[in-house]
Amino acid sequence: MTISYQLKRVDFIFKNENDWEDVLSKSISRTPQELINELISSELKGRGGAGFPTGLKWKLSSEEGDDTKYVICNADEGEPGTFKDREILSRVPFKVLTSMAVCGHVIGAKEGYIYLRGEYFFLQPELNKAISEFEYYCKEINLDFKIRIFMGSGAYICGEETALFESMEGKRGEPRNKPPYPSSYGYMGKPTVINNVETLAHTFTIFKYGAKRFYDLGVQYSRGSKLFSVSGDTPKPGIYELELGMSLADFVDEFGDGDTKAVQVGGASGFLVPRKRFNETAIGFQGKLTGISLPTGGSMMLFNSSRSMFNVLDNYLEFFREESCGQCTPCRVGCQQLLSGIKAVKRGEKNAQYLDKLMRLAETMQYTAKCGLGQSVANSFSSIVENFREEMIY
Amino acid sequence: MPGIKLSEKTIGIIQQICSDFRNEGSELINVLHQTQGKLGYLPAEVQEVIAKELNISVAKVYGVVTFYSFFTMIPMGEHPISICMGTACYVRGSEQVLAEFKRQLSIEVGQSTPDNKFSLNCLRCVGACGLAPVVMVGDKVYGRVSPQMVKNIISEYKEGCASEAKSA
Repeated sequence: MTISYQLKRVDFIFKNENDWEDVLSKSISRTPQELINELISSELKGRGGAGFPTGLKWKLSSEEGDDTKYVICNADEGEPGTFKDREILSRVPFKVLTSMAVCGHVIGAKEGYIYLRGEYFFLQPELNKAISEFEYYCKEINLDFKIRIFMGSGAYICGEETALFESMEGKRGEPRNKPPYPSSYGYMGKPTVINNVETLAHTFTIFKYGAKRFYDLGVQYSRGSKLFSVSGDTPKPGIYELELGMSLADFVDEFGDGDTKAVQVGGASGFLVPRKRFNETAIGFQGKLTGISLPTGGSMMLFNSSRSMFNVLDNYLEFFREESCGQCTPCRVGCQQLLSGIKAVKRGEKNAQYLDKLMRLAETMQYTAKCGLGQSVANSFSSIVENFREEMIY
Repeated sequence: MPGIKLSEKTIGIIQQICSDFRNEGSELINVLHQTQGKLGYLPAEVQEVIAKELNISVAKVYGVVTFYSFFTMIPMGEHPISICMGTACYVRGSEQVLAEFKRQLSIEVGQSTPDNKFSLNCLRCVGACGLAPVVMVGDKVYGRVSPQMVKNIISEYKEGCASEAKSA
């Protein structure tokens, strides 16, 4: 099957934000129900990677009876190869703040937090300036909503929403059991909406132009546009906003260096797609290829024929072993074993069939690990080992 | 562990930070950030004071300090050098860059130079993959670093432009 959607550049996210005051005051004059319906009909899905429908998330929290609720912006952008959230927060911070306040209006929350990745501490002063300007305006229009930045401390796992709550509560960032979900039991045990930075930037677009403008972009099940962080062997690394649903072949035509052997879609927790599959692979939620359940999507890393896929996998596993929180056994021990396993095969201490054993271990982790981190190790592991088996052995 | 004796002044600083955060246990991470910012690192003795002030166990403080890669229990150099080992940087040669830093400074990852001017660390993706490979010295980011550039980067900090680099 060949997919024939052309690559379409879009320019919504970074378009000027000067009218945020207008968007904010208009939005909060509408009823929560109206706003929720607008979001639901846009079919916006979370842009962190997991793709949960944003409108539904807001709806669930709005239905909770608690007096105290929270809105959290997940800016713990840690997926290797992703750098879009940083760009959004430095170029159009008011879009994100506006959407947070509108969310507060919808669900009945008076406090919002931005969980900012520790490595992005340099964004803090500018962002704080934006926040005080924003809160000043909120006061003017009698909107009771406060936003505070919480600095992360260098742990990839904290991008997982429940680990993020734990971390904000001053604990080790270890994921909780789900259910209960954040919509009913989130930060401090209160109903919480937690959205990725990019998701909030998109909701701004939706409230400004209406759901239809957004819905008209993209393809079925994958509506709208998305930011992609392009890196690796490409002549033009950077951030691009593209319509969802494009084929990977078109993407590589545009961004490849003419010698692209494979593309890693969705970072370390995503999938590796080899050249022979470029044509049949679409980028969108149904194509199963925008990252699975860890909250960062949009990482596109290109590798040309000079790159050893063994080294790439080695780097990923090293990363997962380091970042596994160590709470559940499948992930803690699994990551170690996968790493030492591929090294043993490479050194000739184990035969090639051992790779199949490792594949089964990865599959077991997918079913038994507690959170998205351990579950998604199998994504990159299996797709790399399956497609580049000879490079693992020789 | 060879204990260090904290001065009254240091203890006072820590107590002040804790009370700035209303001595609440849930503010532990903010307290640790502030304390490390003031003292440079978080040895066991400092953790004990924090635990007492926030009325939580030392084990809990230790658990958090060792969980997050930003917190360190050993002092860092005046100019901490961090080499990004994220995938984009890795495939574009950050390993060779790291090797060159090790060679030039004659230290391993996690160590400081004897004069305490430089320390060497690896990072997991600083979110600048478009500039890979990336090196950070203090807060300053260097992009597209090649092993040949390493010597110049180090000398920038040896020749007294330290204060300038710090403010960058």
